Amino acid sequence: MGFWDAIRGRRAPREANLDALFGVPSAAITLETGLGMRATGVGSVCFRAAEGAAFAATQQDIEALLEADPRTPQVERTVDDFGFTWLVVRRSPDDVAGLCTDLHAVNVLLEEQGFGPALLCSVVGFAGADGRSAGLVYLYKQGTFYPFAPTGPQQRDNLLEINLRDQLAGELPIEASLQRWLALWGAPGL
Amino acid sequence: MARTRFLPDSGLTTRMTLVMFLLGGLFVALVVGIMVAVRSPGLAMIVGVVGLGVAFFQWWTSDTMAMRAMRAREVTPQEAPELHGMVDRLCALADMPKPRVGVADMDLPNAFATGRSPKRAVVCVTTGLLRRLDAEELEAVLAHELSHVAHRDVMVMTIASSAGIVAGMVTRGAQFGVFSGGGRSRNGKDGGGAAALVLALLVSLVVYAISFFLTRLLSRYRELCADRAGAYLTLKPAKLASALQKITGEMASIPQRDLRTTRAMNAFFIAPAISGATLSTLTSSHPSLEQRLEQLARIQSDLSRPGPGA
Repeated sequence: MGFWDAIRGRRAPREANLDALFGVPSAAITLETGLGMRATGVGSVCFRAAEGAAFAATQQDIEALLEADPRTPQVERTVDDFGFTWLVVRRSPDDVAGLCTDLHAVNVLLEEQGFGPALLCSVVGFAGADGRSAGLVYLYKQGTFYPFAPTGPQQRDNLLEINLRDQLAGELPIEASLQRWLALWGAPGL
Repeated sequence: MARTRFLPDSGLTTRMTLVMFLLGGLFVALVVGIMVAVRSPGLAMIVGVVGLGVAFFQWWTSDTMAMRAMRAREVTPQEAPELHGMVDRLCALADMPKPRVGVADMDLPNAFATGRSPKRAVVCVTTGLLRRLDAEELEAVLAHELSHVAHRDVMVMTIASSAGIVAGMVTRGAQFGVFSGGGRSRNGKDGGGAAALVLALLVSLVVYAISFFLTRLLSRYRELCADRAGAYLTLKPAKLASALQKITGEMASIPQRDLRTTRAMNAFFIAPAISGATLSTLTSSHPSLEQRLEQLARIQSDLSRPGPGA
């Protein structure tokens, strides 16, 4: 957004940046070798459902497309307390690349219909052998990743998050501002 | 192909730019007017610079001043987790820095945003607003306020009011004989000084009046812009509409009122059609509820337009 656009009050909604999501499969390998955390095969896309028939139709198209693929057993849809919709996709834990393709398909369909600005974030789940779990969150608008490791209601494991960040620093664009590390309590699949 | 559903309202932008241009011109005209009236370019320059200084100070301290005036206090994420969660998500959606969040303890349902830049902004809601609105309506109001922050409306409005500030200062100064003194020393006779005083007073009063109406007009345009950007941010214009209805109290006073019927009825009344610009609509800082709802309805139909593939 340019300064003059802001002054003239015609700030257009921020479009999402979709491509960085394909860095996740190689990051998954790094996490497995470095921290012993494996992908759980659960991924989700969080977006803002718009009012109106156009969005409802788009959402149906997305679910139909994902469910048509025999490798994705079932697409789950939940709405959280903040009114954001989560589409949860499950794949085999080994198939991180396939999971990312599924998530990307959701994004592309939304963007095609002009709802790119509705995308908030995407979460890919990871779990360690010691029972710790964390999500790798992709912020669409910033085009950056950050780790989110909830340990209970309203509690997150900051140490693990910093560990994850340091592991992934060379691999993915990491969100530098800690204030942007949204707490996604109740995110499905974590 | 990716496409956007956001349609910039070029008519609104044009009108608003024109008003801002006129206000800038008014400021220059006032300073030049004083220069001619008191025949002292130095004094006029000082008045202009001090006026801008006052505007700058107001803008610079806007966050603390407004918070104090509303008796609001800043809340931490621990104190108000839902409120902070909402602001967090909206800021992530809009890709803007997160402002501080404040709550004012008063029953009047209202919200405001202030601060000299998006980085130093405060978004504040009253407890009355928190009580009356549901989560999605509150979110719509927050999105509207965040749009004010992103559009730097505090800066725009204080700069816009600088012509009015200078004009006010001149009228004050004239009472204490600042300008007549300046005129007399140059002319060496009383008549010229009195004429200069009257002229300076007249110019500043006219400028003050014009500036008053123009800043109010600009304020109404900025509100419409914030409504627009806020509705596109949450993608739920109807929630902002119902929040506005609750806040303005129209809902409570006239239950189940159908706005379409009133608009159709307007065609039969001559008075409302002619007095589209009554004194109250010209001086109000916010657009009428009808005007705002109309814009939100337009956005809603833009959002539900079927896409090319559908």
